[in-house]
Amino acid sequence: MIFLTVGTQEPFDRLVRAVDLWAATHDIPVFGQLGRLNSNSYRPGNFPFESFILADEFQERLESSRLMVAHAGMGSIISALTLGKPLLMMPRRASLGEHRNEHQLATAARFAGRPGLHVAAEADAVGPLIDRLLAADSAGPDAQLPPHAAPELINTLKGFIHARR
Amino acid sequence: MVRVLAISSTGGHWVQLLRLMPAWDGCEVHYACTSPDHEGRLRATAAARGQSVASYTSVTDANRWAKARLVRQMLEVGALVLRVRPQVIITTGATAGYFAIRAGRLLGARTCWIDSIANGEELSLSGERAGPHADLFLTQWPALACADGPHFHGAVL
Repeated sequence: MIFLTVGTQEPFDRLVRAVDLWAATHDIPVFGQLGRLNSNSYRPGNFPFESFILADEFQERLESSRLMVAHAGMGSIISALTLGKPLLMMPRRASLGEHRNEHQLATAARFAGRPGLHVAAEADAVGPLIDRLLAADSAGPDAQLPPHAAPELINTLKGFIHARR
Repeated sequence: MVRVLAISSTGGHWVQLLRLMPAWDGCEVHYACTSPDHEGRLRATAAARGQSVASYTSVTDANRWAKARLVRQMLEVGALVLRVRPQVIITTGATAGYFAIRAGRLLGARTCWIDSIANGEELSLSGERAGPHADLFLTQWPALACADGPHFHGAVL
């Protein structure tokens, strides 16, 4: 199973279409969580999808997937790191109206080096990269992420919360 | 027991907020998010840590391109802060956190903005606006830290 998620806000047609094209010629099941679709949003013909799924279903689908395909959002990255799932991400572009600014380009660039995290810069790279990751039975991020933030950050906040005025 | 409000938008902001949970061990914690569907998992996670969830409030989802929803969100967050009267507010963004910090400040809460780790090149717009009103203003990228804030003290990853 491949789990595709583009977050809960805007649709991301370029990525959904690329995965749909791939799914048309492969037998591996795909499920998509596609965000708030509008009347002219692309709707895939080769795999089932929902606009939103509940947090529990999200977790279950991700846990049972071999590969996560997503926009380059921090929620996706942290989820993949936490569950040790390989992640193929494609950044949204504000210049194409896909987001409000270009921070996903920066996010993708910053996290691209981590084991288990893979970036497709353009839609036509998505299919070949899915093939490559599945063929290699690509491993997820090396070590699963510890469940909490860096101790320094936690301690800074603890100190702040309990500080006397 | 310190009364804390932990608030953020759904998605990546919420995932980051929950990674900070140990910071409020031993506090009376109220949560708010722009989606109702995290409550069950939150309560289970908190219980596993020996924390309790004093309340969970879902507010309208909005961003700065949706003005009507933004106004509703502002009123809802304002009402929430009035009701809970937190002593400390902690947020990872975005607009819901901004409104919480502004309202909290008026009511004497100490406030902390942690800019999302997604903003590695420049601060988020809501972070830039909220930061000057926060008692503790943090970025998760050392390169963005400045002497008078935001400061860097580690990241959620």
